[in-house]
Amino acid sequence: MTAFDLLRFEDWTDPVPAAEREVAALLPEDDENRPPVLFVPGLGHGAWAFAEHWLPHAAGRGYPAHTLSPRPGGDLRAQVHDVVQTAAALPRQAVLIGHGVGALVVAHALSRYPARAAVLVAPVLDGWAALGSALRANPAGALPALFGGRLRLSARQLFGSALPAERASEYLSRIAPEPRAELIRRFARPRPVGAPPVLVVGSPDDRVVARKALDRAAAAYGGAPLLFPGMGHDLMLEESWAEPIDAIVDWLTKQL
Amino acid sequence: MHDSPDLGDRRDAVCVVGAGASGLTAVKNLRELGFKVDCYERETAVGGAWNWRHDRSPVYAGAHLISSRPLTEFPDFPMPDTWPDYPHHSQVLSYLERYAAHFGLGEHIWFGTEVVSAVPTGDGGWEVTTQSTGGGSSRTSRYAAVIVANGHNWDPRKPELPGEFRGRVMHAAAYKDPAVLRGRKVLVVGGGNTGCDLAVEAAQQATQVWHSTRRGYWYAPKYVLGRPADQVNDRLLKWRLPLRLRQWLYRRTVRMTTGDLTRFGMPAPDHQPYESHPIVNSQLSYYLGHGRITPVPDVTAFDGPAVELADGRRIEPDLVITATGYRPRFEFLAPELLDLDEHGRPDLHLHAFARRNPTLVVIGLLQPDSGVFPLAHWQSVAAARWLRLRQSDPARAAAVQQKESARPLATWSRRRVVKTERHWFEVDHIDYLRSLESLLNQMEPSS
Repeated sequence: MTAFDLLRFEDWTDPVPAAEREVAALLPEDDENRPPVLFVPGLGHGAWAFAEHWLPHAAGRGYPAHTLSPRPGGDLRAQVHDVVQTAAALPRQAVLIGHGVGALVVAHALSRYPARAAVLVAPVLDGWAALGSALRANPAGALPALFGGRLRLSARQLFGSALPAERASEYLSRIAPEPRAELIRRFARPRPVGAPPVLVVGSPDDRVVARKALDRAAAAYGGAPLLFPGMGHDLMLEESWAEPIDAIVDWLTKQL
Repeated sequence: MHDSPDLGDRRDAVCVVGAGASGLTAVKNLRELGFKVDCYERETAVGGAWNWRHDRSPVYAGAHLISSRPLTEFPDFPMPDTWPDYPHHSQVLSYLERYAAHFGLGEHIWFGTEVVSAVPTGDGGWEVTTQSTGGGSSRTSRYAAVIVANGHNWDPRKPELPGEFRGRVMHAAAYKDPAVLRGRKVLVVGGGNTGCDLAVEAAQQATQVWHSTRRGYWYAPKYVLGRPADQVNDRLLKWRLPLRLRQWLYRRTVRMTTGDLTRFGMPAPDHQPYESHPIVNSQLSYYLGHGRITPVPDVTAFDGPAVELADGRRIEPDLVITATGYRPRFEFLAPELLDLDEHGRPDLHLHAFARRNPTLVVIGLLQPDSGVFPLAHWQSVAAARWLRLRQSDPARAAAVQQKESARPLATWSRRRVVKTERHWFEVDHIDYLRSLESLLNQMEPSS
């Protein structure tokens, strides 16, 4: 864990250039001063992955809900920049919710923006472990990517068995992962500013993020993961998508 | 009938004086560490110097930032990346208003309320007396600490010149709109960033412009190689090049961009780069070259319609604008609390921490070669953590204080500067942040 981050030569001498950001938002009927939530999708996913279920559900439960697609071709630094820019543009201190590699982006954004709270859903914080899991679960799809080829994810890797096959293949066709070498490493966890409460959510049956990785991630933030057995990696697209988001909103309501 | 003081006890709460940029970041960072905060602001809105609606705001219609966006924004609340490199002052105000709204700071601020005195109680606490701006009832409350963020750019420093002047004399603080320059003969006094900005505005509006400076400066352009000059400069600082080499590079860069201004009649600098507050202006040399600005030396006296100059020349302007800076003022504090010398110069550790009073901190009293906001932010973080450490671990706090008192002045304060009041608070932002960083690390819980 790095301590304070006062000298930011990279940002001072070579700031991330502005880019068009694709943000989808749903606001609740009546604004009861609740903090806005910002969903950050992971590798290959876009704003659509949250727009499907979680965005309307969070708004339905009274939270202004926003989600941001990663900029095309953006590296981790650019994605962190986009999340912080989007959060700072909201009228109130935001809650950051990241999924997969999006949770890694959120973990870094927390060191640049004092979020109201944060939720890391099936977080890919350890690139090596995620690579290992991918090679085990889907060797044919993952191996070529290691040598500069295409990364092909499989339905089995991302979804639980409960999701109907046609829906799974429809989602899969929209997921276009472009893995980057910079993700294959274990990141030093940057220290969040403003000490926000952080919740880790996942599934013991996730084939991308192993149970052990969830425990490690949660322990790093001083807690235990909230687990939803039987679900796949893409919790927000699963048949039982409502359970985790309800638990997240309940936790949030308790924190505030 | 006088008002009976109502001694409200706010116990562990902290009193913040001022809701400008420094006050806002102090409130935010104290709140973040769990402190209760009462912030008093004599105006009716946030923004301090940047709020052009306030009488005491020094900003003029055409004012833009001198430091570029990444070196000016709060480190945990960036300005929109779609804004220009050098935003307009009205954008800075909207930024501060959004900062206050985003972090819900408004509910901790008492607007239209002035702090008239803050007196230590002897046990580390404070008695703070406040009053409605423009009179009214006063009220005294007890606080655990006082954070002073009252700004240092609101009380104009006006030159005292012998003689009478028949034309109009105004301080740059009163200058708002270029309309007053139109069709006039204007003398701008002062070689700082404001003086240069006003000389350039006058060059576009007035019939004749004189620009009086006491000495030559290193006029850096706003852009070098297509990048904001401060961003290029920070590359040199990042590589930790020795000062001599940086000075050489600075001279080379100024020579290749702004060029030699002595052929227009400007005096040559009497000091090395980095020994005075940076002047950043790309347009001054342009208007010198077009004969729209006539450089003149120091003003020595007024004489009816004329202004006498140090070289014996006499000129006859209609309007004299003195861009001669501002002085810091802390009337609500006894001078010894800030160790003020006879000129009113405070002596504070890191220009922030009172040497004899551990619960008194001044935020934003700095003249850095970058924006002040990031430095004020980290000062506030350090102040909040310091106050917290004093409560949670007095022994460690005492040890930190002991160690801090041995920190050499030269590590955080720029020592080799032109000796004027202007450079009282001059710091190099990198050196200064390094010092704050080491203070913050010292206060970390040892694990």
